[in-house]
Amino acid sequence: MTYDVNIDGKHYRLDLDHAEGRWSCRVDGRTVEVDAVLARPEVLSLRIGNDAYEVKCERSANGSDVHVWVGSVRFAAEVRDPRSLRGRAHALDDRGPRKLTAPMPGKIVRILVAAGAQIEAGGGVLVVEAMKMQNEIKSPKKGTVQKILVGEGAAVNAGDVLAIVE
Amino acid sequence: MFKKILIANRGEIAVRVIRACHEMGIAAVAVYSDVDRASLHVRKADQAYPIGAAAASESYLNIPKILDVARRSGADAIHPGYGFLSENAKFARSCADAGVKFIGPTAAAMDVMGSKTRARQAMERAGVPFVPGTSRGLESFEEAEKVAARIGYPAMLKAAAGGGGKGMRLVHAPHDLKAALEGARSEAERSFGDGEVYIEKAIVNPRHIEMQILADEHGNTVYLGERECSIQRRHQKVVEEAPSPVVDAEMRRRMGEVAVRVAQAAGYTNAGTVEFLVDEKKNFYFLEMNTRLQVEHPVTELVTGLDLVHLQIRIAAGERLPFTQEQVQIRGHAIECRIYAEDPDNNYFPSPGKITLLLAPSGPGIRRDSGMYEGWTVPMDYDPLLAKLIGYGTDRDQAIGRLTRALREYFVGGIKTNISLFRRILRHPDFRAGKLDTGFLDRMLKEKQDATAASKTDLESRDVAVIAAGIFAAIGPAAANGNQENTTKPGSNWKAAGRDEAMR
Repeated sequence: MTYDVNIDGKHYRLDLDHAEGRWSCRVDGRTVEVDAVLARPEVLSLRIGNDAYEVKCERSANGSDVHVWVGSVRFAAEVRDPRSLRGRAHALDDRGPRKLTAPMPGKIVRILVAAGAQIEAGGGVLVVEAMKMQNEIKSPKKGTVQKILVGEGAAVNAGDVLAIVE
Repeated sequence: MFKKILIANRGEIAVRVIRACHEMGIAAVAVYSDVDRASLHVRKADQAYPIGAAAASESYLNIPKILDVARRSGADAIHPGYGFLSENAKFARSCADAGVKFIGPTAAAMDVMGSKTRARQAMERAGVPFVPGTSRGLESFEEAEKVAARIGYPAMLKAAAGGGGKGMRLVHAPHDLKAALEGARSEAERSFGDGEVYIEKAIVNPRHIEMQILADEHGNTVYLGERECSIQRRHQKVVEEAPSPVVDAEMRRRMGEVAVRVAQAAGYTNAGTVEFLVDEKKNFYFLEMNTRLQVEHPVTELVTGLDLVHLQIRIAAGERLPFTQEQVQIRGHAIECRIYAEDPDNNYFPSPGKITLLLAPSGPGIRRDSGMYEGWTVPMDYDPLLAKLIGYGTDRDQAIGRLTRALREYFVGGIKTNISLFRRILRHPDFRAGKLDTGFLDRMLKEKQDATAASKTDLESRDVAVIAAGIFAAIGPAAANGNQENTTKPGSNWKAAGRDEAMR
């Protein structure tokens, strides 16, 4: 699994795999040896190398804000799964204009459609490259491409609005 | 001895008193307002009676309702805790009239202490030191000049009807006196409709040190040593410790003997606290007497080895003090942190809400008097004190070390608390050196936090946070919340079990 993790406003690319009871993990391409035990709901005991940490997860009542506490230090955390974006989009209301946002920080490598073009749900709108991977940003609905807000070659941050489909 | 005690309070102090009752084989009756049905004190009590709406005047301050519960439950005594009705002479009198023992001083003793002028007259007769000055209003500028010259500068002008800093003027030198007196008079006139102003010696950067006393109903009064309570914010104590870093055995004896005279002059019985202001030369001046059990009583309990609530109950039941002054020994050092539901990032405003995660410290030298539990919603209607964390050690350094360690273990999730404030206080060089006064906390909060010491670990912590955030997301909030059945598809319990297994 690959996640875009935002910790206190800074972005990280996290590759996380879980097999045979062990996690293998890369942070921005660096391999980190991790041993994790869920001690109780919302409390992880982590070993990174041989350093031990108790990490707490704090969620706001509506689940929108997540804070991660490492010892006594609190971090605002936002985790996105780039590949689940399409799945999540389907759950949302299909009417009205929809914003397409960058799922991770990266560079716009290609714009696939022009403003004003008709597009099918799932049709590619633009391509973002990050961590040497290209991601096609797809339209969440059938409609008209109202605006393209970025140009090819532009650097974008996670959450930046790239295009609007009406 | 009493068979059943009603606790006319809520929160951590109600739990504290219920525990003492149970330790002594006494049944405990809780009362609760509409928003406190789920509070911890209701869970811990043997009986619990609803007494009305959230507003304290409808419930915890409502004398007829509480006395009605005492009658219906068959309680033979009432413990008022602190706050609410604890210093209400009318309540003490009503209890006596209803034939229920009030665990505290008599209404008459409260009356003496409740009135500033009567207290001062009684105390002056007993030879209690006051801040030098006039106890009556100043007749003229000439009188003010004469008194100020006698007591010395800086001097403080205060409105007789005053409060909240209104009608107060600090005067540094004789040539400022005339303007300050006129200013204080007109401000007092405008604010209170009474221009009476008196003058006192100004105590610059005082310490707030108080003496615990206990008096039985047979004429025996003892002091149990002092508490240093100089770390305050908005006149609220935040950290208290015993003994005070500046009080030695000789000063303790002198302060203790004055406190005993104060109590005896008022005909005081049960537990009480005599508060003093202490100046830089360690002169101490009587401030007031608190006629109740104090929030910070645990630090005295730890250094004396006594249980003040047990003793309050035994005194109220008519027993004699089971020890003499000579037998009271101070041993070790104790420091208390008041854990409040407050937001440190928003000027320490109250922050009620649901506690989603609670990890509580324990281990050597740690005492935790708490009124909260995981899953409980802190109501917004009362003082936001959640718990008291007390560290005890052979000496002050060990107490600080243990408390710092315990604060690291303490985690309250879902609401904001002031736990981080105590970490700052406990590592502050002035606190470490015992250099305290009532201005310490405001000064500390104005200082920039030293980011350099933490920066390296922060960078490492950040990586840890990234990985942990990913793992929390991977296992999903459902698994993390422990309620898999809500989100897993039918038939996938094996998968969930397998995932749990893999996580071990």
